[in-house]
Amino acid sequence: MWTIGRNQLRAEWTKLTTEPGTAWILAFLCLLTVAVGAATAAVTRCGAGTGSAVDPTRVSLTGIEVGQAVVAVLAVLVISGEYSTGMIRTTFAAMPRRWTVLAAKAAVLTAVVLAVAVVTVAASLLAGRLLLTGNGITAAHGFAVVSLAHGPTVRAAVGSVLYLALVGLLTLGIATIVRDSAAATGAVLGVLYVPPVVALFLGSDPAWQRWVERYTPTNAGLTILNTTGLHGEVISPWAGLGVLAAWAAAALLAAGVLLRLRDA
Amino acid sequence: MTATMTPYRPPQQAGRDGFAQLVHAEWTKFRSLRGWVIAMVIGAVLIAVVGVLLPRGDSQCGTASGAACLAQVPTGPGGEAVNDSYYLAAQPLADDGSITVQVTSLTGMISAGNGGFVTPNSPPPGTLTPGLVPWAKAGIIITAGIRPGSAYAAMMVTGSHGVRMQYDYTGDVAGLPEAASPRWLRLTRSGDVITGYDSADGKGWTEVGSVRLAGLTGTVQAGMFAASPLDFTPNFPTYSESGGSTSASVATGTFNDVDLRGGAAGGRWAGQAVGATGANYAGPRIGLRQAGRRFTVTGSGDIGPVVAGMVNSSYDTGTLADHLFGVFIGLLIMIVIAAMFMTVEYRRGLIRITLAASPRRGRLLAAKAVVIGLATFVLGSAAVAVAVIAGSRIAHNGGIYVLATGWPVQARVILGTGAMLAVASVLALSIGTMLRRSVVAVAAVVVAIVLPYILGVSGVLPASAAEWVLRVTPAAGFAIEQSVPQYLQVIGHYGPPDYYPLTPWAGLAVLCAYAAAALGLAAWLLRRRDA
Repeated sequence: MWTIGRNQLRAEWTKLTTEPGTAWILAFLCLLTVAVGAATAAVTRCGAGTGSAVDPTRVSLTGIEVGQAVVAVLAVLVISGEYSTGMIRTTFAAMPRRWTVLAAKAAVLTAVVLAVAVVTVAASLLAGRLLLTGNGITAAHGFAVVSLAHGPTVRAAVGSVLYLALVGLLTLGIATIVRDSAAATGAVLGVLYVPPVVALFLGSDPAWQRWVERYTPTNAGLTILNTTGLHGEVISPWAGLGVLAAWAAAALLAAGVLLRLRDA
Repeated sequence: MTATMTPYRPPQQAGRDGFAQLVHAEWTKFRSLRGWVIAMVIGAVLIAVVGVLLPRGDSQCGTASGAACLAQVPTGPGGEAVNDSYYLAAQPLADDGSITVQVTSLTGMISAGNGGFVTPNSPPPGTLTPGLVPWAKAGIIITAGIRPGSAYAAMMVTGSHGVRMQYDYTGDVAGLPEAASPRWLRLTRSGDVITGYDSADGKGWTEVGSVRLAGLTGTVQAGMFAASPLDFTPNFPTYSESGGSTSASVATGTFNDVDLRGGAAGGRWAGQAVGATGANYAGPRIGLRQAGRRFTVTGSGDIGPVVAGMVNSSYDTGTLADHLFGVFIGLLIMIVIAAMFMTVEYRRGLIRITLAASPRRGRLLAAKAVVIGLATFVLGSAAVAVAVIAGSRIAHNGGIYVLATGWPVQARVILGTGAMLAVASVLALSIGTMLRRSVVAVAAVVVAIVLPYILGVSGVLPASAAEWVLRVTPAAGFAIEQSVPQYLQVIGHYGPPDYYPLTPWAGLAVLCAYAAAALGLAAWLLRRRDA
């Protein structure tokens, strides 16, 4: 049941690339992410306090927080778009093995997101480097400059590309479970954006706060962006990304089971 | 035989195409979708439940706990919680009179690396290094008494804000702009009116301010004082509530040529630490010293209002906004439904029937806006009322001092937050009308309204960026939740969720401007495009 042939991948690839919105969404993902990162870098100054608290890599990659919503839209459309038009019945008639359909969709989506994310992250880091250096966030003032010779920066760059891909997979899983496109979008964005604020307001209850920061997809996954102050984090960067991967795997597994059990 | 048949026509009901009927039609569409109604109610219930559950407080003080710990909190003449701890060297002043001094210097010490309070009986755990906190203060004061919370007016020299006249904890007026030292300060009492003067040479006097203080009757205390609030270093760069460290400090004022008129003959200056319990943090060097005509007064603490966020108080403080954490979750649900209120019409082609029944498209959009706006306003206000009223009561019983709980503030927070939810829903409806596709519209409204709030409050952005996000994006509307004023004369971390960079109504106005612009654009597009 896990056999994905070239034809299945080709079918999903054709569906994704012939959808007129796809190219726009991908372009928007790139532009929005870079723009938000650049805007944040532009207003970041080294202030009065302990300056080393500015993490230049994290500031440059702020756009990931917004970009993940665009990835979510793309991933929702990959599956819910078929449900809203009834296309899903044609798909299952052509490819009766439903796990295969889901796996092919996941593979194609991941490939597309990875490709665009590489460009996006590279452009964000470049823009951040230029703008932050212009604002005096330089090595001379004790900051870690955004540079690919810097190990943690490379880890953050690779990690944020993987982060976006995993958000895509998590969304694909949730959207397959929910099916309705609008409800799926709302649910995914809730999963991504509610826990960070929950953690903020749980300040009076450190045990729960720690739990939320460790085991929710956005809080744990985004630790991969940090290059400074790592000892203060509740979870290490790769373990954090692992938490997100576990969420994505669980969502896809539940989606696969439901896909087989339910009528289309 | 031919007869003309007139076909039967039912009597036309007057006003069938009126706006009220259109609103009624849209209301029927809205309420007949059970999933929407359930989701809306879930959103409102979340706002209420989260507000009641968080934060509850579990204060312990000696043998007492909960609200009993708050019996000691001094309140000023205006009813607000205040800090009132300083060192005072005073003489009684039975009637009208004046006090004039020359302040020759203001110096201070800051406890390095110490986050705690300095108590009268224990030296500070950290080492004291020379330094002045910005609002270290020394000068002259006329106060109704030494009970914390008494009415007062004072003229003072401060660490880095020049000469000030402060009165009744919240009042603060700047003196002469030039910062010459030494300074001459004067306070005169005429009944219950205190007037403060500032002078650079002791001859030419400038009136800084004149205030009438309720409760300043009979014998009052007039003299010299010194106070120095906690030194606060914010955790740059975050703008969230989480950041900052405090350390104790003391300030020493040196006074020459002290001239008290109207006091008892041969009166002696008696020194005492005011407010020596609770919030007081007097160090071992605290006190009054005299050498000839020269007095030095050393004190610690602050005379001013308590602000949210536990920077300058020794007990837990809270605000109404602490109970409004659920609002953004409710908002998330409500704006998703508001966007779908329009986009589902496009999904199955219902929009063509709707427009056939109501060809005036602008009015259709207005009717939908009225329905979704009223529904979210009523549900949201009710939920926020439960969160704010029950939540702050539970917090109080747990020992959290909830600041500013007067009914005008409560009413503004409750109705204003309801209005914020309604305006955000209208914005979401407009975005849904522009984009027409559910997925894109839902993502767009979340990214436009909820995400900026998250970026602004969660501390992932540098402070300057977070502040701009809460000024210029639709998330500025959350400012309506701010229930306590920001005091420039008290240092604190004035960040969300207690404080916002815009004033409450200005923040809501920013959101309204976005909603109005989006509604206009949506109406224009709706008219112009084919359905």
